[in-house]
Order: sequence, then C-alpha cells, then structure tokens
Amino acid sequence: MDYLLTEEQLMIRDLAAQIAREKILPVRAELDEKEEFPWEIVRVMADADLFGLYIPEEYGGMGMNSLENCIAIEQLSRACIAVSVTFAASGLGAYPILIFGNEDQKKKYLPRIAKGQSLAAFGLTEPNAGSDAGGIQTTAVKDGNSYILNGTKQWITNGGEAEIYTIIAMTDKTRGARGASAFILEKGTPGFKFGKKEKKMGIRASATRELIFEDCRIPAENLLSKEGMGFILAMKTLDKTRPGIAAQGVGLAQGAIDEAIAYARTRIQFGKPIISQQAIQHMIADMVTQTEAARALLYAVCKYMDSNPKNISKESAMIKLFATDTAMKVTTDAVQIMGGYGYMRDYPLEKMMRDAKILQIYEGTNQIQRNVIGLELIKEYAGKKEKISV
Amino acid sequence: MALLVCKEKCTGCGVCAQTCPFDAIDIVNGTAVIKASCNLCGACIEVCEFEALQMEQIEAPVSDLSTYRGVWIFAEQRGGVLSSVAMELLNEGRKLADRLGVSLSAVLLGHEISAQASILVAHGADRVLFVDDPALKDFNDDAYTAVLADLIRKERPEIVLSGATAIGRSFIPKVAARLGTGLTADCTALDVDPGKRLLLQTRPAWGGNILATILCPSRRPQMATVRHKVFKRADQDERRKGEIERRGLNGISLDLKSQVIRTVEEIENTVNITEADIIVSGGRGVASKENFAVIEDLARALGGAVGASRGAVDAEWISYAHQVGQTGKTVCPKLYIACGISGAVQHLAGMQSSEVIVAVNKDPDAPIFKAATYGIVGDLFEIVPLMTRRLKEMLEGTK
Amino acid sequence: MNIVVCIKQVPDVSDVRINPETHTLIREGVPSIINPFDMYAIEEGIRLRERFGGKVTVLTMGPPQAEAALRDAVSMGADDAVLLSDRAFAGSDTLATSYTLSMAIRKFGSLDVVICGKQAIDGDTAQVGPEIAENLQWGFAAYVRKIEDIADGSIRLERLMDDGYDILNVRLPAVITVVKEINRPRLPSLKGKMQAKKMAIPVWTAEQIGADPERVGLKGSPTKVWKIFTPEFKRKGERIEGEPRAQVDRLISEIRRLGIV
Repeated sequence: MDYLLTEEQLMIRDLAAQIAREKILPVRAELDEKEEFPWEIVRVMADADLFGLYIPEEYGGMGMNSLENCIAIEQLSRACIAVSVTFAASGLGAYPILIFGNEDQKKKYLPRIAKGQSLAAFGLTEPNAGSDAGGIQTTAVKDGNSYILNGTKQWITNGGEAEIYTIIAMTDKTRGARGASAFILEKGTPGFKFGKKEKKMGIRASATRELIFEDCRIPAENLLSKEGMGFILAMKTLDKTRPGIAAQGVGLAQGAIDEAIAYARTRIQFGKPIISQQAIQHMIADMVTQTEAARALLYAVCKYMDSNPKNISKESAMIKLFATDTAMKVTTDAVQIMGGYGYMRDYPLEKMMRDAKILQIYEGTNQIQRNVIGLELIKEYAGKKEKISV
Repeated sequence: MALLVCKEKCTGCGVCAQTCPFDAIDIVNGTAVIKASCNLCGACIEVCEFEALQMEQIEAPVSDLSTYRGVWIFAEQRGGVLSSVAMELLNEGRKLADRLGVSLSAVLLGHEISAQASILVAHGADRVLFVDDPALKDFNDDAYTAVLADLIRKERPEIVLSGATAIGRSFIPKVAARLGTGLTADCTALDVDPGKRLLLQTRPAWGGNILATILCPSRRPQMATVRHKVFKRADQDERRKGEIERRGLNGISLDLKSQVIRTVEEIENTVNITEADIIVSGGRGVASKENFAVIEDLARALGGAVGASRGAVDAEWISYAHQVGQTGKTVCPKLYIACGISGAVQHLAGMQSSEVIVAVNKDPDAPIFKAATYGIVGDLFEIVPLMTRRLKEMLEGTK
Repeated sequence: MNIVVCIKQVPDVSDVRINPETHTLIREGVPSIINPFDMYAIEEGIRLRERFGGKVTVLTMGPPQAEAALRDAVSMGADDAVLLSDRAFAGSDTLATSYTLSMAIRKFGSLDVVICGKQAIDGDTAQVGPEIAENLQWGFAAYVRKIEDIADGSIRLERLMDDGYDILNVRLPAVITVVKEINRPRLPSLKGKMQAKKMAIPVWTAEQIGADPERVGLKGSPTKVWKIFTPEFKRKGERIEGEPRAQVDRLISEIRRLGIV
C-alpha cells in the first residue's frame, strides 16, 4: 500500500532496503550461526548516514524524526532483526542524551553516535529488576566531583560493543521511584566491566551482556538532567523508542511473508502449487492483513509522535504490543506454510520465528504494555464528561 | 544519416518498437516514429514484415581504399615466446587471404627472437615483418602502438587481425584510433566478401544475448581482435617457405609514457583453464564455497581444470581466474562438464565451442540442456561425487 | 587531484529476454543501470580523492535519460557531473565515442587521471578507454587492479595480464581502465542521494565541446552494424535417463568411447 511518503522518506526506505538486500541478506545465516557481531554492516550503515537520522543537524545528524528512523529499521528488519536491533538499540542509548542532555553532553556524545563511530547502549534492567524497573539496586554515590557506581545490569543489547552507555542507578534509596538518576558512561572507564556474552534463542548476532560496576568512578558532569529524574527519563526514552521495536516487528513479519509466499507459489503438492489451496490462502490473507494494519498504525503513531504531543505513552505501547504480537504470529504461520522446510536451519524461516519471540519481551514485555495502555485509558476516560466527545 | 519510416507501408503494428534495443521507436497515431536515441543498428528493419523501415544508404567506399592489400596478423610474444593465439590467427588469416587472393603477413615485435619468426612461417605466414629492437623486447603500449601504426601506414594492409589478449586489448585500440579506422573486438567468426573486399566481423554483444556482424566499409585497414581458442591453430609445416623481413625502428618516435617496473607471474595450482582439454565447471547450483570441493574432486579425477560461471564468481565461491563466459575466459576443451549452471547466454558464449558438453542440473528446463551433447537432470551433489568415485574405481582397476 | 570518471548507462543485460518468435531482444521493462564495471571506476575515483584530495567529476555520453546514471554516481560521492548529449552523437561507434569524450575531457582544463570501467556490458568492446588515451596522447594502462601510489608526476599501478600482472609506472596525466579486483564499490549515502537530487547537471553539446562534425556520430564511425541475430546453440541434446548410478555409468562409457578419457 502506498503511504504517500515524501521523497526523502522514500530515499531512506530504498537505501535501507538496498543495504538489507545486498549486505545483510547474504550473511544473516552465518552471523546467526556464529553469533558474530555485525561490525561490517554497522560500518555500511554508518557510511550510509543512517545512524544519525533522528539526531539534529547541529550535532552531525540528518535532522529527521521517528518516522524516518522507523522506515529504516523496518527495511533492515526484513533481512534480519539482530542487525536492526543493533541499530535501534544505539538509538535507545542516544535518546536520553538527546532529550535530557545539556549542551555540553550533546556536543560531546551525539556527533560520534550520529556518524556511527560509536555505538550506544541503554542500561536499566538488572537480575532482580525487569518489568519491576523500580527494583533496581545499582547505586551511584556522590563523592566530591564524582559519582561512584556499584552494581550489575543484565541483558544489555550492544553491551561490550558499544562505547557510550546511559545507565539508570539509585542515587537516593529512601526516595523510592524518585531516587533514581541517569548517567552517561564510556567503555574503558576503570571499574566498568562486562560479563559474559549471553547465549540466546534468537537475535544471536546481537551482543547481549551484563554490565558490572565495581567502584566505578565517573565525573559529576556525566549526570543527565538532575538527580531523581532517572525513571522519568527512562520512561520518556522508552516512549520514544517503542515504535522502533514495532518497526522491527513489521519488517520481520514482511520478510517472513515474502519467503512464505515465494515458497507456496513453487511448492507443488497434489499436482498444484500449495498457494492454490484455500487453507494456505486464508493463512496468508490473515498474515498480510495483520502486518499491513501494524504498518499503518506504526506510521500513524510515528507521525503523531513527531508532532510532539504531551503524552504518547498509550499510542507507543499500543503499536509495540500490536506489531510484535503480529510478528510472532506471522513468523509462526510462515514456518507452518513452509512445512518441513520451515523447520530446517538451511532455510531462513526458523531463524525468523526464533528471532520474533524477543520482540514480545524486551523494551517492556507485552504484558507491561497492556498495563500501560490500561492505566492510560483509565486516566483518559476519567477526564471525559460526554459520550462521543472528540 | 538516418532511419527512415515509409508511412504508406507502416501499419503501426509495433513489432519494431518492441524489438528496438535502445527504446527508440514510439508508435504515434498508428505510425512508427524514430526517436533521438536511435543508434542506427538496424534490428528493427529485420523484423518489419511490411518493409516499412529503411536505412539511408551507406556511403560507397572511398576509391583509394583499393590500394590497401594484404591480410596481416599481429604475432604476440611474451618473454620471447610466441603466444598460441598467433598460430590461431594464422589459420584463419590464411583462409581470408586465400579468398581475397592476397598474401598473409605476420608482424612480430621484439628483440633477438628470429627463431620465432621462422615458426610463424611454418604456420602459414607468407611474410614476417620482424621489427627487432631492445625497446620492443617487452610489451609497452606506446612503443608497440607507434611501431605497428607506422608499419601499417607504410605498407597499407587491408585487414589486420590480433589476439584479444591483455596485450591486444591494451594497444590495438590505440592503433585503430591513431589510424582513424574501425576495430571490432572479441570476434567469434570472421568472413570476407571478396567482391567488395569487406571483412565480415561477427561478435557477441549484450552479454552474449545477441550476435552482431560488423563492417568497416570506408576506412582501412579493417581491424579485428579474436580471443584465444576461438579458432584452431594452424598446422606446423617446416617445409613452408616465407620471407622474413628484419627491420629496425628507423627513427620512429616512441614517446614512452609508461614503464614496466616488474612482472609477476601467478600460476594457478589447478591447470590454466584456457589450455585445459577437460574442464569441470560449477555454477550457482553449487551453493557454497565449501561445496566447490565436489567440482574440484571430479576435475582432479579427470585430470582437468576447474571452471565457474559468473554467478559462482560473483558469490565469491571461487576466484575470477576460473570464470568462463563473456566477461571471463573463452575455452574450447574436448570435454566441458557444467554442474549447477543454468546456461545463461553469456556463459555459453565462453564455452560453446567445446567438443563435448555435459550438463548436470536439477532444473529440466535449464537452457544449458539445449547446448549440451549429453544432459543429466539430477542433483549434482549426487551425480558428481558418484562420477568421481566411478572414475577412481576405473583407474584403480586398470592399474 | 582532478579526476574524471567516464561512465555509461546501459540496459541490465542479465535481465534481457529473447522473443521466441522473432528471435529478437525484448527491450521493454529492462531497467537501465550504471554499467557495472563503471561502478568500480567511480569507487576508485572517490578513493583517490579521499587519499590525495581533489575533485571527482563523472562524465557520460548518452541520451537525456543518462542523467539518472550521473546522479547515482553523485550519490556515491562524486563531486560533479556532466552530461554529453546531442543528436549529432547518435550512431557512434567506439572511435566516435572516444573522440567525443576526449573533446569533453579537454574542456575540463588541467586533469590528472581519467578512469573508465574495463568494458561496457552492452557493447563489450573495451575499446573506448585506450582510444581516449590515444586521442589525448596521455599515458595509459588497461585492466588496472590496484593503484599503489601517485607521486612525482606518475602513477604506479598493477596491470592485469593473462598470466599474472605487471607493476607499471605511468606518466600523468593518464587514462586507466579498471577491473573488478580493484575495489568494492560503496553504497550511496543518504547525504549523497540528497545532494544528487538537488544538483544541476550541465548538458554539453557537440558545438560546446568544439567537436568536428565529421568525427562524431554516424559520420565519425568507421564500423557499422550490418546485421543482428540471436545465437543458436545446436547440439545432440541427449538426455541420459535412469537412476543416478546408471546415468553416471552411461556418461562415463560415452566419454570413454569418444576417447576423451
């Protein structure tokens, strides 16, 4: 369907699709098999000016916004979401600096990220704090002109490969949710180490590691915004980046659909291609309709988000939820359509199904997303006096 | 000079528009209209069943062209040894010279290699023009261009043939440009029209999808290059007689703009495919670099060389040195076994003159089967190792 | 360094089909692309600029739609582009084409290197590069697979030969043709694409480059296409049927019978 994208958006779409087709597709199986970080593709994306899409021009970026970023992520995801999450997670690490950083911090870190010279990462999750983000135990204690960090972050995407990290740590345990703060931290800082690389079901080319802080001293000017702003910063960041995960879902689903339909057209059983069977046609019809609905909602949410409304939590949660559930269903159905070939590792579908699962889990589980939507609706309807109000 | 549409005969059927390789014909109000992108190739004239298309007449050859006589071949040497293509050119050159009733000369540039000149006579040259100078010992495009162009200006041959080798491609176009004459590269067939004294130069184009016959009607000499192994070598006959004219540079200004610092030979560990009598080739069906071992095993068992289609080389499963086809090497072995190769025209252009062609492919409709002497529809990963095994068993048996 | 890269817009010949009835090319729907070998030339030009500084201009002789190829080259990183287009150029063979390109190259003023791809995939002649060098009387190297250095008014490079390669020193200014081994062409960048879209590309005519009308187009083309036909590959075409073992045995016995093995 034609979404009447602008010329620039079409340029981004075509360039990202070209990278997916020419650079990611040929190597995705090998990267997955070897669990190898896609550095070469990172360089290609950097040279193509993709890392800076959403970063303002004054910091070396392209000065565009969420829709353009999501268009790029969607196309990359058609080939492999391990590569697209490497790309998207760098955005996750950069957004806190973009939204809450002071001029010095933005000037220091954003240009490097925009040029793809340094990857970024975001550290919130801990062994005891996943959905319950409020339960984090990493501490940041003020000491003269520095903060000293102690604790562990778990399952951090780009962990160990990124150079720039935004970390949420407790500066004041007594203040509960208002006691967390956000910090910028660079790889190589003494006391900042990485744990082992995790072995995952899917997105195996993406690097997932523990971050370990042992009396890690960082300068006070690395504090983002003010003390106590940590969780607000985290929530606002996640609101911004959830569409990126949705874009992964839409792209992944599309990739699975393309493979499944190509197969169904050539697989002859009972004397004809299986696509002439109603059962297959119905499955494909549902897959394509759901994916198109996800795409349409994604672009609508992005456009809305780019108009800077006060609160986008509900819409952002909705699209993350819908697109990722769609991706899981579509990839599962695509494996089914391909039958035995869908299950074999020589063919790309089983990887797509393995990859899809994480989309429902990270960046807020889909259960948490439903909580967010529910709570937002309660607030929203509390304010409505009439039926059919606009 | 233009392509003319006879409006009375044109029915606007549009076949010409579909055929035009340059998208230069539109059908407007039921008549063909020729656009600016027309390249005057004449493909449309062939297909118009109403004879509504016509080329303005080609100019008659300039009269003094008839003073150009003789067929020449450029005898390439490297390291003081004649390259095989020289003998192939002598074979074809002999036929052309005989039909035109003129002599066949070979041009040899080098230093102190008169023995090579005798070999040229033994292979059919009536005359060898041997320019002997230290400056010509090794190939230099400026020096060779200056000398050959000068010789041609003085002696006025009507046809000059050379090998489409690295050396040939490097300097023959420069000779043609210097003389302001036409050159057709990579010819796969040559013929003459003795009446008009025209050389008919046939070569593939569009990646081998079409063949074109080219003429050079109004300039001389008519120049063409031919790839190694397109023509068969002339027989060697020591009894043949011919003149060997030894010349010097005679004050030709060489104006050397380049200099060879070093020559590096790279001999492949498998037999050089252009010389091989047996070639086993792999294409996209081989599916990976590791799988090429299957092809190599069969080649080894047969004592042959390994070839590849462009698809396999582009996928980086094997190096370009093994590529057979329009943009790779031309081969004509006794036996060519194509495994997992679909048979795209540009590949066929490189191996179609093989004596026996065997095709192994999963797809029964693959075009390679039309060009094959023997075809096996099947899985190459089954057939090829089986062949290797059976051949080894045979060889063990005969020991 | 002032660099000009000569490119050609060609039909994607791998996509071409033959009409089974008329045995002619079906040109409809075949996309136009930059001649694949020219991509390596553009890339090498950009790399030389990155190494030695200077400017890369892409030049093409073609119909008005060839402009799209120039813009694609700019999106890869070429600085400037010129389109040579004129009805007078129609029907050019390699001699006329190289003459026309040489006249345009002269118009650029002081240049260091002209880079061409090894051959165009439609004409497949590999003649235009060396003929340009001859017209300009510049240094020349064909089938360059590596540029080692540019210093002291000359370029040191590796030239592919049939059995290996030569290391050559060529005086500047020089024309070189390049092969695929020389580099890996980059993808366009977003900034490049945007710049390419905005760029005004001048069109030079025969008059503007001072071309002699007798030497361009059909008049300037000594070679003429007499006819075009599709190749026919006629073979015995015997299908060997049966189980793999039987097929292999049959094949081996045939090639033994023919005396090949």
